[in-house]
Amino acid sequence: MIALILRELRLAAVGGAAAMPLIFFLLVATLFPFAVGPDGPLLARTGGGALWMAALLAALLPVDRLIEPDRASGMLDQLALRGIGEESIAIAKLAGHWLSFGPPLMIAAIPAAALMKLPPEVLMRLELGLLVGTPGLAALTVGVSALTAGLRRSGALAGLLMLPLAVPLLIFGAGLVERGNDTGALQLLAAVSLLLVAGAPFAAGAAIRASRD
Amino acid sequence: MNAGPLLRLEHVAARRGGRILFEDLSLALHAGEAALLTGPNGIGKSSLIRLVAGLLRPAAGVVEVGEAALADEHLALDERQPLVRALGFWARLDGGDPAPAMAAMGIAHLAPVPVRMLSTGQRKRAALARLIAQGAPLWLLDEPANGLDVEGQDRLAAAMAAHRANGGAILAATHQPLGLDDAIPVRLG
Repeated sequence: MIALILRELRLAAVGGAAAMPLIFFLLVATLFPFAVGPDGPLLARTGGGALWMAALLAALLPVDRLIEPDRASGMLDQLALRGIGEESIAIAKLAGHWLSFGPPLMIAAIPAAALMKLPPEVLMRLELGLLVGTPGLAALTVGVSALTAGLRRSGALAGLLMLPLAVPLLIFGAGLVERGNDTGALQLLAAVSLLLVAGAPFAAGAAIRASRD
Repeated sequence: MNAGPLLRLEHVAARRGGRILFEDLSLALHAGEAALLTGPNGIGKSSLIRLVAGLLRPAAGVVEVGEAALADEHLALDERQPLVRALGFWARLDGGDPAPAMAAMGIAHLAPVPVRMLSTGQRKRAALARLIAQGAPLWLLDEPANGLDVEGQDRLAAAMAAHRANGGAILAATHQPLGLDDAIPVRLG
């Protein structure tokens, strides 16, 4: 399992693939003030939600390179031949994907929050939400990636599949940033994230097996 | 090694896309034995190999198989890695060593070359080196000689002979002569 996760991290590192979500996230954070205008209070009010949107789309970026190349190259077959379950592969993919984009995104959120003029306590809530919510985003990406593996031009379809499923994460994540945790948004965010992390490996495993027929 | 067969098929049938490819196929492979699958294109040779590998489920019958290694048209090596490290990934999982296998297939000198730079024949040799290094008692070969030059085919034949001498068994699907003259012929279709 460790070897599989290390391989995921290596795949993310070569060719700068891991930097893409990060650059995308920072780019959105840079562009958003240009679009909304340099109105400090307005930016501070809407910035948290915009950063959650950016995080969601950043998580989706590697969706076509997570499962499909390994399916096409026979990697998944060879792992199955060695008795490694498809669910274990999905868990390794999930862990590798989250490690390659979750923590970097949390670091990038600091300069991004400065661009949005978010006050420090709001930044803390954003960081907390990202820490709890990004595993759920990674789980969604892996699940959708497995479902669309083997299809041509799967990128657009993957977006259509994943974005509606990410709505609860977005609502509770942005709600936590905006209103603090009086409403229990953090608990709900954690619950949704946990559900996705627990369910995605089984969905992805079944999808990988189904793609062999 | 116990005396039971390394592979046992009993009245196996395969179905792909709702169509029966073959049925009532029975076969037993013991240590040192080899079976040669022949038959026209599309008759289900590759499906049988994948079925034995556990990647497809039989439509009927029983498949009993222990640890097996598979070399088909998929290389299953990370394209951007140097060959020795791409093979090393599997060697770590299998607890083996890729160096003797690379030497056996004559690709030891390609160790630092990234996998994506390899030619068709070199990729085939790399896939066979992966198979050899796995150290499984049963080899599943799908068109193993495709793309190999004469020297490569000789190395493949030598590797297969050594594997059988060590108590291994081979199930190979092919259209080309593989030098398995004493193999059990299995003709599909």
